[in-house]
Amino acid sequence: MVRYLIIGNSVGAVGAVEAIREIDHQGSLAVVSDEPYPVYSRPRISEFLAGKSTMADMLYRPEGFYQTHNVQTYLGRKAVKVELGSKEVRLEDGEALAFEDLLLATGGVPFVPKMDGQGKEGIFTFTTLGDAEGIARRLPQTRRAVVIGGGLIGMSVTDALVKKGVEVTVVELKDWVLNTILDQDAALVTQDALADAGVRVMAGQSVQKILGRAGDETTVGGVVLATGEEISCDIVVVAIGIVPRTELASGTPIQVNRGIVVDRRMATTVPEIYACGDVAEAFDFIYGINRVIPIWPNAYLGGRVAGYNMAGMETEYPGGVAMNSLKYFGLPIVSAGLYDPPDSSYRVMRSLDRKNRLYKKLVLKDGLVVGMVFVGAIDRAGIVLGLMRDKIDVSSFQDTLLAPDFGWASLPAALRREKLTSNGRSPSRGPSVLSGRARV
Amino acid sequence: MVKMIRRREEVCIGCRLCEVHCLVEHSRSKDLVHAYKGENPRALPRVRVEEQGALSFAVQCLHCQEPLCAYACLTGAIRQMEDGTVFLDEGKCIGCWTCVLACPYGAISMDLTRRVALKCDLCPGRETPACVENCPNRALLLVEEEVPVG
Ligand SMILES: Cc1cc2nc3c(=O)[nH]c(=O)nc-3n(C[C@H](O)[C@H](O)[C@H](O)COP(=O)(O)OP(=O)(O)OC[C@H]3O[C@@H](n4cnc5c(N)ncnc54)[C@H](O)[C@@H]3O)c2cc1C
Repeated sequence: MVRYLIIGNSVGAVGAVEAIREIDHQGSLAVVSDEPYPVYSRPRISEFLAGKSTMADMLYRPEGFYQTHNVQTYLGRKAVKVELGSKEVRLEDGEALAFEDLLLATGGVPFVPKMDGQGKEGIFTFTTLGDAEGIARRLPQTRRAVVIGGGLIGMSVTDALVKKGVEVTVVELKDWVLNTILDQDAALVTQDALADAGVRVMAGQSVQKILGRAGDETTVGGVVLATGEEISCDIVVVAIGIVPRTELASGTPIQVNRGIVVDRRMATTVPEIYACGDVAEAFDFIYGINRVIPIWPNAYLGGRVAGYNMAGMETEYPGGVAMNSLKYFGLPIVSAGLYDPPDSSYRVMRSLDRKNRLYKKLVLKDGLVVGMVFVGAIDRAGIVLGLMRDKIDVSSFQDTLLAPDFGWASLPAALRREKLTSNGRSPSRGPSVLSGRARV
Repeated sequence: MVKMIRRREEVCIGCRLCEVHCLVEHSRSKDLVHAYKGENPRALPRVRVEEQGALSFAVQCLHCQEPLCAYACLTGAIRQMEDGTVFLDEGKCIGCWTCVLACPYGAISMDLTRRVALKCDLCPGRETPACVENCPNRALLLVEEEVPVG
């Protein structure tokens, strides 16, 4: 019997392990993953493919992490069923692990729609180190690539392929790239940077069919767009999106919408079973509802909260927010919250200098900042996100927010003092993020 | 005991000597003139003087008890150490700037040449951080507090 069992061995799992071990050094703790590696930085697979990161660089935690945290690992092993009656998780190879508390940190799987011409050699997804290794092995025969999907993962693989000298065409169904994190203006600036890098972006288009090679139907030779246009290529990377990997919850009373529904303790609807990360539908403090937000920081924080609760320390998830920072093609971009307001009840403040690739946009509602996009100069973005997080009414200083010299000195004295002097005064150093957690 | 830097904006004169000495401390030569004139790329300060008219004060990493930067770091480059300091391993940083977005203090800066994030490390190897030691008007003070970590 394992006191704490975690399925998944990525950032959400690490958040939980680190929290559990702050409180309980003894209780047995096991981690299961169908990936064979020790925990690695998933976003970094782009650097790995570009040849800029070694296997050692990829590691998210130092070697010895599992020993120092007293974790038993079951790597390269897939969990296939959660038995609620006997409280055990069955692995594909037949072994069953009984648990007291279970955390599902199973992440997501790439969504691959049905397309004509599937199953050919040279078609990839890009979400695991294994995927990156597969593409890397094929690079010697790869001159041209088509990336289907201009989202975060599409940009990540495109950046790596460009660094490897591959000619890339990105096919994006919507009107601009990165449309789930950027508004049109920010995306246009990004597309300028993509064009400079030699990337061809075909927005508002879709791939209808993947073609074989002349004389070799089993290997990728090109794609046909819905318009009928043909693009020849040596590989296709399908990067349309990620869907929560909820399979272990199916057939159980654990409630699943798009993701596994969790409360503010990151607990599912079944006692002693928790979920976090890309698989979970957790609280979003901007939208005020539960939502899947598949990003790294939220997975860590959610995992941490789950871990505290599993170990018996009541802790509330403060809520996550869609926040992204990108550096692809040398252009820093950050986005957070409601970057494109749904109706006219929001106030939008913006400044655009497309030539110099500078853009700032803030979305306000009832005096609160609820969304932001910064391109180019992003170094003050954290202060603005902090105002969003703390729900600070910015009405009295909102005109300073877009100024090039915006900073702490632009904020009202009382606010500034309250935030900035907390470090000198015990007991709190920095923001109290985990409400309910005993702060010492 | 956890070391912390406390700022006193009412006595800060905005001279930016903290930035200068932070830069020198984090240069290869640790020599003022050489750090500015002989090193390429030039080191950068991890403290920033915030200014608006007559108001000025220096801001550097608060070494938060709950470090959002470390929670957000994509590569594991930022870790909270046993002694409570929040440490950024530049060798592990890929310059994704997620920490820059996550830090509510704007206390992480960007080295665009080396493509790594920079933050205050409280000057390991020094009794007193360079910014504090060289502040001419005691606008930065080092305090040590009993704050258990975790
Ligand atoms: C190319 C790329 C770039 C990205 N860039 C960014 C970025 O810049 N910023 C950002 O915030 N986020 C980024 N992300 C997203 C980020 O990686 C995810 O949000 C994060 O990894 C989610 O962590 P997680 O712990 O929920 O799950 P995951 O990292 O998805 O890990 C889940 C693990 O569980 C395993 N697993 C699942 N089911 C089972 C089972 N039944 N049995 C055994 N094992 C199982 C999986 O194999 C996997 O190893 C990127 C993702 C990719 C792919």
